[in-house]
Amino acid sequence: MTGSPLAAEIKPTVSGAPWRERAEEALIPPLVALLVALICGDLLILSYGQSPAAVYRLLLEGTWGNAYGFGQVLYKATTLAFTGLAVSFGLRAGLFNIGGESQLAAGGFAAALTGLALPVGTPLILALPLCMIAAGAAGGVVGSVPAYLKTRFGAHEVIVTIMLNFIVLALLNWFIAGHLHVPETLHTPEIHAGVLPRLADISPQFHGSAANLALIVAVLAAGVVWFYLFRSRGGYDLRAVGLQPSAAEYGGISVGRVWLRALTLSGMIAGIGGINYVLGYKHYYEDGFASGAGFMGIAVALVGRNHPIGVLVAAFFFATLSQGGLAIHAFVPKQMMDVLQGVVILAVAVSVPEVRRILRGARRRSDA
Amino acid sequence: MNPVTFLTQMIRIAIPYLFAASGGVVAERAGIVSLTLEGFMLSGAFGAVLGANYSGSPWVGVLTGILAGLIFSLIHAVATIRYRADQVVVGVAINLLAIGVTRFFLKLFFDSSSNSPRVTGFGGNIKAAGFDNPLLWLGLLVAPVMAFVIYRTPFGLRVRAAGEHPDAAESVGVSVKRVRYAAVALSGMLAGLGGVYLALDQHQFTDQMTAGRGFIAISAVIFGRWDPIKAAFACLLFAAAETLQIQLQGSHAIASQFIEMIPYALTIVALAGVVGRAVPPAALGKVEG
Repeated sequence: MTGSPLAAEIKPTVSGAPWRERAEEALIPPLVALLVALICGDLLILSYGQSPAAVYRLLLEGTWGNAYGFGQVLYKATTLAFTGLAVSFGLRAGLFNIGGESQLAAGGFAAALTGLALPVGTPLILALPLCMIAAGAAGGVVGSVPAYLKTRFGAHEVIVTIMLNFIVLALLNWFIAGHLHVPETLHTPEIHAGVLPRLADISPQFHGSAANLALIVAVLAAGVVWFYLFRSRGGYDLRAVGLQPSAAEYGGISVGRVWLRALTLSGMIAGIGGINYVLGYKHYYEDGFASGAGFMGIAVALVGRNHPIGVLVAAFFFATLSQGGLAIHAFVPKQMMDVLQGVVILAVAVSVPEVRRILRGARRRSDA
Repeated sequence: MNPVTFLTQMIRIAIPYLFAASGGVVAERAGIVSLTLEGFMLSGAFGAVLGANYSGSPWVGVLTGILAGLIFSLIHAVATIRYRADQVVVGVAINLLAIGVTRFFLKLFFDSSSNSPRVTGFGGNIKAAGFDNPLLWLGLLVAPVMAFVIYRTPFGLRVRAAGEHPDAAESVGVSVKRVRYAAVALSGMLAGLGGVYLALDQHQFTDQMTAGRGFIAISAVIFGRWDPIKAAFACLLFAAAETLQIQLQGSHAIASQFIEMIPYALTIVALAGVVGRAVPPAALGKVEG
């Protein structure tokens, strides 16, 4: 178990393959997965004696068809965009960060503590950066532990990040349950500063939905990640290590240092994601708020093919699935969406290597 | 604290871990990453309740539970062995799929989003403290049996070869793929049995009832250095910590959250090699060209 095999799976085609071939290899697997998911969805809907067409129409109406549903999709997509960016950032360096769940929670916790510590009336322009720094630092610390253990002792980051999830979540639970909660609840008091405006404050149609300005932060984060990965020296080193660590080392890059930086930054991105719930929605930290969004980040990164734009699209897709479950619940149980999420990940995981083999086989034949 | 109640409670807690960890050992020794134990257990638990509910017999539940674990493990095997998909990603997908499928069927069969109706389990004599359950005895036997299979049978030799030197195994005519299929299927059935024990012991299925037990089992596999007997002792150790946590509840001697962390912290310590390094099978997780 050295270096994630996934990194090799998802790496962009080496040696400047033409743009069209790369696009085919990147886009076909998610489309195949979508098709498989639609077919599975049909079967599940039929098993409930409902009409697939009617249920899918209901799903679209309840998500993209009205401002409230769309706002909820955007809200859910925001957290998923952060955790998806975090996972894909690690994978670009060849590291599998499964710790998004606890990094997200730690970030939200730190953001809430900062919001509580700041005096009432601190302007947002000051409070937001401070909360984001705290959230990023907390996520970054959680992310740096597996990186350190990997570079120093060779401990595999997949196992360490999974184990760390349980440890950090238990620790946060101890803080909340034992020290910081409002009586009879498992959340902190409301923050004094750093509350983000909601989309509904700007455009009243979104009334009632939780979408907030963290959405803009997520899109900006995707832009920063893109710039870092594809336009900076550090990003070049990071991708080189992800493609072939031994070659990168030979080329003078300190692989250990890149790993440390990659997982710390990955943890920071996931941690900053905590602001969506804490500053944008509830205005407090609640035990268990991450509720699987960290794990879904793996799905988002996979379907988004580790590209920041792909990650944004995939986050939007999975948020639609999740919100769509609520829209159809009167006819088909929303649990159907839990099944489809698993199906999509499985289908992408299988079709990535398969599609590449088929496409390359076809190209070799046409070249010959 | 009565030592006998402590021991019996510890053993009852350890049984699901013992089943799942034995499954984890055999799959990982064959070179396939076992992050899927959680999903196998959950599907086994649901399968058991489904079978026991409709037949009225816990033995049918045992069979349907094993079958459910087997089905999920075959999905895992086909994706990772036939299609060479990334084992960690497929593991994540299998776990999510098991949560989703059990939730959907819970709703479809029992019209509930939280739990199934009560089903018949084994034993139930209060004086026996759970020791009149045949699955408990099976659970205690599974580790020594797996140790025998892995170290003393031709199949075990092939499993170890597939996980350490797949190329060498192929060169002497062993079908590495077939060995890995068998090992993953075995791990699905064993982890499924862990789920069966859990569900029949509690007489019902509840949403996400495995609650991370599959990951404790994986911790035991690593902490036990991929050896069935050592992994079994790790299971007992982790179960002892959990028992301690239950017995100490309310005494405020130490926060329960810190006892919860013990298995995970020990696993990290083992991987970091502070006290003798845990070295995984050489070909674990490698995608064969």
